[in-house]
Amino acid sequence: MTPSTRLDATFAALADPTRRAILARLVTGEASVNELARPFDMSQPAISKHLKVLEGAGLISRGRDAQRRPCRLSAQPLADANEWLERYRKIWEANFARLDNLLEEMKAEERARPKSRRRARGAKR
Amino acid sequence: MSYAGTLVVAAKGDHEITMIRRFGAPRAMVFEAWTKPELLKRWMTGPPGMTLPICEVDLRVGGAYRYVWRTGDGHEMGAGGTFLEVAAPERFVATERFDQAWYPGEAVITITFVEQDGETEVTTTMRYESTESRDGVLRSGMTDGVRQSYDRVAAIFETELAAQDAAPDRKRA
Repeated sequence: MTPSTRLDATFAALADPTRRAILARLVTGEASVNELARPFDMSQPAISKHLKVLEGAGLISRGRDAQRRPCRLSAQPLADANEWLERYRKIWEANFARLDNLLEEMKAEERARPKSRRRARGAKR
Repeated sequence: MSYAGTLVVAAKGDHEITMIRRFGAPRAMVFEAWTKPELLKRWMTGPPGMTLPICEVDLRVGGAYRYVWRTGDGHEMGAGGTFLEVAAPERFVATERFDQAWYPGEAVITITFVEQDGETEVTTTMRYESTESRDGVLRSGMTDGVRQSYDRVAAIFETELAAQDAAPDRKRA
């Protein structure tokens, strides 16, 4: 898979809440299909379907043990996906921290301004 | 009340990125800060060391806007687009394209402002023309040699789940 199609697969897989919950469970350690199906009130085949999508996206791998075939998390695709979400978030978090300060200033100015002029043209400076 | 660190960013479906953040001000004020050049220049400056020296906004349907950011060493990055819908102070929709776009096509940005108890929740949805564009935008933030880290893996679930949890709250408003 190219990096781009792999990210596509990662996000498609993450778009479903059940699959996210499965991954969240696997953060704590490997689990069999049965163990994964239990908290979801879902049939084993339904869970297996989700596991196939996750496996296709490279988000999990399955053990070789024919009986149990435990699922475990493959962290790399998620780390990749998270890396850029995180960077993106940081830039916007910094923007918004500045906006918080600006809004505080605007509120203070509005409080200081006589009532009759309150709707006049925003914050002049 | 501090809202720092409460920003939720998530990839949604195949084509979208959404951001949700609350602000401690009425929505008319937040909308104003988001659409008036002299106010935008004070906060939408991006990564550390950058400024937004050029910011022009013609806030009406069909009107154009343009931003130019400048780095400390004089490099510039511009972006702009056209307003498709303007409903002050509730929402606006605009196209967006960076001058040196690293992804195909234009994005459509929808920003909604919902006020509740004097606070305003702002949801920004960026819809790209293709999954490739969306991932290109996000991937541009990627660095080489990404480390595996289960903590970060856990963090992305929190982001995703928080986005899910936030959705019904907004409906109630």
